[in-house]
Amino acid sequence: MSKSENTPKNNPNSWARPVDKLKVSESPNEAINLNVDGRKLSGLTHGFGQLWQKTYKVRLSGIEITPQAVVEEWKANFSKFWPQGNNLYVPLTGIQPGEVGLINLSAPGGLKLSTGVMVIYADDVSFSFMTPEGHMFAGMITFSAYEEDDGTFAQVQALIRANDPVYEVSFRMGFGHKSEDAFWDATLKNLGQHLGVANPQPTQTNSLVDSRMQWAEWRNIWNNAGIRSGLYMPVVIVKKIFPRG
Amino acid sequence: MTQANISTSVRKPNPNYSIIDIQGEVTGFAEDNLMDAFSQASNGKTTRTILLNFTDLEYMNSSGIGLLVTMLIRSQRQKQNLIAFGLSRHYQEIFRLTRLNEAISIYTDESGALAAIPS
Repeated sequence: MSKSENTPKNNPNSWARPVDKLKVSESPNEAINLNVDGRKLSGLTHGFGQLWQKTYKVRLSGIEITPQAVVEEWKANFSKFWPQGNNLYVPLTGIQPGEVGLINLSAPGGLKLSTGVMVIYADDVSFSFMTPEGHMFAGMITFSAYEEDDGTFAQVQALIRANDPVYEVSFRMGFGHKSEDAFWDATLKNLGQHLGVANPQPTQTNSLVDSRMQWAEWRNIWNNAGIRSGLYMPVVIVKKIFPRG
Repeated sequence: MTQANISTSVRKPNPNYSIIDIQGEVTGFAEDNLMDAFSQASNGKTTRTILLNFTDLEYMNSSGIGLLVTMLIRSQRQKQNLIAFGLSRHYQEIFRLTRLNEAISIYTDESGALAAIPS
C-alpha cells in the first residue's frame, strides 16, 4: 500500500488559533443561527457516549485528478455535496482555519436542527472540523484526498462521541449511526459524480475506540442542539408567516 | 511524497514510568509506529505514567491529534497517566484548541515532567 500526501509542513497557518468561545461572523437571512455563538468547542475528551472512528472513502475511478484538486473542489462546494435540505453556511472567505460555520440540518418532523462547526485545520489535501457544545457529536471530522494503488481517493474520517445521553440513546438504537452513515455515503457519491466519476461506490469502516461512556459529561444535555432547535421552531414559523420588511 | 516520517524510541528509566521520544511527523501515517511505541512503553500495563517527548516533533496534523486521542483512551483504560513535554508554543496552542491539554498535562521539558509524576 502506498499513500502519498503533500502537506505544507510547519505552516502555522494550517491550524486555527485557540478560542474560548465561538462566534459566527456571518449568517445569511435564510439560516437559523442557534447553538453556536458563545459555545465552547466540544473536545473528544468532553463527549458522553462511546468513541467511534468512522472512515468513509470513495475511489475516484475513471478520472485523473490530484488530491489537491479534489480538496480544492470539495472546499469550494462543500455543502453542495450534502444531501438535500442540509446546509453549511461559511463566511465568504470559505473553509479556512479559524472560520466558524453554521449548520442547518433537516430533522424528522420538518424540524431544522441548528448547530455549527469550527474549521480547526486546513491544508491543500485535507481539512478538519471540530464541533461545538450541543452538537450531536463531540469530536473531530477530517476530509482528505490521497493517492493509493494508482488511484485517487476522497475520504471522510470522523472521530466522534455522542455529546449527551439523548444523542447516545439515538445512536444505540441505530437512528443516529444510520443517518450519519447515509449522510456521508451520499456526500461522497455526490462529490464523485461532480468530479466526473460515473458510478462512485463509497465504502465504510467503523472502529469502536472506547466502549465506555463518560458519565461525568451527562450534563451536556443542557446544550442539546436538537432539543433547543425544537423549542425554537415556533419562532421560525412566526418569522416565516410575518417576515420583516 | 511522504509515507510515515517518524521515528520513536522508548526509554524506561524506572519501572513506574516510560518515555517515548518522538522524532519527525505525527500524522495519520504514524499510527503503527506510535501504537507500537505505546505498547512497549506500557510494559504490559505495569507502567503507571507514560511521557511523550515532543522536543524533536517536526510537524503534526489533525490526523496526528486523532492518534494522540486514541493513545489517551488506551492509557486511561490501563489506568496510566499520559504526560507531554517539549511541545513548541505552536503545538501547545493546538493542544489548547483541541482541548487535549485538559486531559494530557503539558510540561516545558523533561525535568519538569519528571517532577510531576505521581509518587
